[in-house]
Amino acid sequence: MSLTLLNVIIAVVIAIAFAALNAAYLVWAERRGAARIQRRPGPNINGPFGLLQPPLDGIKLMAKQLIIPGGVDKILFIAAPVLAMFPAIMSFVTIPFSDTIVAQNMDVGVLMIFAFASMGGMSLLFAGWSSRNKYAMMSSIRAVSQAVAYEIPMLITTITVVMIAGSMNLTEIVQQQSASILHWNIFPLLGNSHNLLMPFSFLIFFICTLAETNRAPFDLGEAESELVAGFHTEYGSMGFGLFFMGEYANIVIGSCMTTILFLGGWSCPFGLFPGVWWFLLKLYLLIATFIWIRWTFPRTTIYGLLNLSWKILIPLSLFNLLFTAGLIKVF
Amino acid sequence: MSSPIQLQPDETFVLNVGPQHPATHGVLRVKMEMHGEYIVNSETVIGYIHRMHEKMGENKTYPQFLMNLSRMDYLGALGYSHGHVLVVEKASGIEVPKRAEYIRAIMVELNRISSHLFWFGAFVMDLGGFSPLMYALQDREHILDMLEAVTGSRLTYCYFRFGGLYNDIDDDFIDAARRFIPRMRKSLIKYEKLVTGNIIFRKRLEGNAFLSKETCRKYGASSAVARGSGINFDVRKNEPYSVYPEFDFDVPVYHECDSLARYMVRMDEIEQSLRIIEQGLDKLPDGPIMPAKKPKLIKPPAGDYYQAVETARGSFGVRLVSDGTKTPYRLKLRSPTFSNMHLFDETCRGMMIMDALAFMGSLDLVIPEIDR
Amino acid sequence: MIIEKTKLAFQNMFPTPESELSVSEEVTEEAEKTETDKKAKPEKTPRLDGVIECDYAVHGYHLDVQVDAEQLLVAVNVVDQEEFFIESITGVDWIKEGQIEIVYDFSRYDFDTCRVVIRTRVDRKNPVVPTITGIYAGANWHERETHDFFGIKFDGHPHLIPLLLPEDADFHPLLKDFKA
Repeated sequence: MSLTLLNVIIAVVIAIAFAALNAAYLVWAERRGAARIQRRPGPNINGPFGLLQPPLDGIKLMAKQLIIPGGVDKILFIAAPVLAMFPAIMSFVTIPFSDTIVAQNMDVGVLMIFAFASMGGMSLLFAGWSSRNKYAMMSSIRAVSQAVAYEIPMLITTITVVMIAGSMNLTEIVQQQSASILHWNIFPLLGNSHNLLMPFSFLIFFICTLAETNRAPFDLGEAESELVAGFHTEYGSMGFGLFFMGEYANIVIGSCMTTILFLGGWSCPFGLFPGVWWFLLKLYLLIATFIWIRWTFPRTTIYGLLNLSWKILIPLSLFNLLFTAGLIKVF
Repeated sequence: MSSPIQLQPDETFVLNVGPQHPATHGVLRVKMEMHGEYIVNSETVIGYIHRMHEKMGENKTYPQFLMNLSRMDYLGALGYSHGHVLVVEKASGIEVPKRAEYIRAIMVELNRISSHLFWFGAFVMDLGGFSPLMYALQDREHILDMLEAVTGSRLTYCYFRFGGLYNDIDDDFIDAARRFIPRMRKSLIKYEKLVTGNIIFRKRLEGNAFLSKETCRKYGASSAVARGSGINFDVRKNEPYSVYPEFDFDVPVYHECDSLARYMVRMDEIEQSLRIIEQGLDKLPDGPIMPAKKPKLIKPPAGDYYQAVETARGSFGVRLVSDGTKTPYRLKLRSPTFSNMHLFDETCRGMMIMDALAFMGSLDLVIPEIDR
Repeated sequence: MIIEKTKLAFQNMFPTPESELSVSEEVTEEAEKTETDKKAKPEKTPRLDGVIECDYAVHGYHLDVQVDAEQLLVAVNVVDQEEFFIESITGVDWIKEGQIEIVYDFSRYDFDTCRVVIRTRVDRKNPVVPTITGIYAGANWHERETHDFFGIKFDGHPHLIPLLLPEDADFHPLLKDFKA
């Protein structure tokens, strides 16, 4: 009993460290990537390649005064940034980086991650509501309607994968895809995926991840040319820092889930040397795609965003679900 | 998008966009009465950087006022100086040498391109795309370098003089300008691929903020705002001044009346300006850049004079009322954005805030130019 | 040609003797320069209401119309009917004559170029003219600006508060007797 508890504590500490480190250095990667796309150097002064930039930014943020504006709902105002970071970190506990590196392998891993992921919307709602700022309020309303709209197609698409795998255990889902690249869930009809529409599932899932993590072109919550800074307009210091890190931690979770559900987790494309490095490679390639998309596309509109979800993605994913169910039944 | 909702008076709230807001590109304030994301009513509040240039014009002599013009519109400053020197030359009957007129036209067109480039970047940034701004600024940098070498400044030029110019252009400038033209054309193709063809970009702008011809007329809109609504109006063509009749160029006109049409007009104008520069460099005559005989003291005869020019932002007019002394009796500066911005309140009613701000971006605002 | 058409429409506004006057001035177009000189010594020959066709190359506009404040709306209606767009509204303070002149500029979008200037003079002590916002919605800001600078009251203006000046401004900087 005590050993399990110790394991969990160690796992949580490692998860926090991993999440924080990733979040910090993804900011660096994002800034360097953006600079590269925009033909400018980016942060390159502090340390080699500007690698000391994230810790220095962190120190700067922590050294700043935490301003709580008058008239805000104090409890929610303080809770919101914590709530932005906490679910992301908790989700790391059950993510398998390889067949051995997993903090707590759960049979309902998928369910748990989505349960925590849906708390992200709460943090935006709290932040916007408690800030007593019209821009923040509008932003949080947008963010919540966006979170609701995109969770539905995301979950429906995940159900197709779960149906194919017959399990909600993330490790098991990966192990079923591990034979070769052709067995990955993204590719149809081979291995264990019965579904011709699996590439579309992947696409829907990826778009939903973009929207769920409030990334461009779906960053309507932040939308700084319209809503100044959206829900974190009133946040300074580490409150802002936590939102920022939370966003990147969520991106990591989203990319981890995409890797596990569709891209074969830690398995090697050619069946050689499976291991954590393959997982990380796929993970960071996906994140690079996120960054690439962000600095290429302009922002959509809120009605364009909701139309995309309710009128296109949800019907498509429902059809996908029925089709998959039919295929599983027939074959 | 128009709001289908019937509103109760207590269902709305007032949103203050500005005076400090990322979308207003300066110190502009728009009081928007909102119903959720829909704008019920809006009132634009301007004048935060009003400097009373017109009073300064009455108190300064004609040459002293030259530098004020470039402080009006910091992005397309030369066009405004052009209007001012033209009206004073017309009033006092100063002959401008041909070479000076050609160089003026080349410079104004270069400045117009740089202004349109900056607008292009800022407009896409309003829509949430950051990268095009950096690309546009890099192209603009070439123009600023060229202009700096000749005029001595990068932003607030004081280059035109009554009767001519302050400085002649040299071979370096001509070489640089010739190199610039193909490079800019290449960039235009890149922008076309990167931005104009982007599906999100087009979806946001198509049908955004319909401006009828009648609205444009009632408000006196000019520049791309009018030309995007199917009005073939360009002062360079309608009331030719300077050496513009000698150039072969087109006025891009789009009939869609939406923000995309306004965008397309400006992007096409860059190409037309390039054509003017190309022809100007080819035809550039030799000769002096200042007239041989020019009155020592500029004292236009008493009377009322008006001159309109096409600047990067539209039809800019200078009304000079002279009483025969060395300072103007009255100097009215008609700024195009003043009229273009005035459209905003009426047009944005019933739009969502994000569409309204995209529309605001498409108007190409430079706030010091509205406020004067 | 739109110039003749508009001019005729304007001339119909004025009773016969004045339209005769404008015709006579058209004849003496060579004396255009001396005609404008009357601004310098206006106390001797104050200009009468009427239409003058001006030399575009010198002045930059084609038709110069002077009307009474009461006739302003009629004159603006004429240009509105001919589809002119509003360019600007401004004022000139003729302090020696104790008058303020309000100047309306109109122009056209098509290639039938014609610039029309409509002016009206009002008493400097009590400058009131009717608003033209009912005809040209875009006149709203121009009139507010002119109100800011000259203190001219635009009768019937829906929202005559300072536009460019601070909201509590009670001074009018472009008046010639304004001291900062």
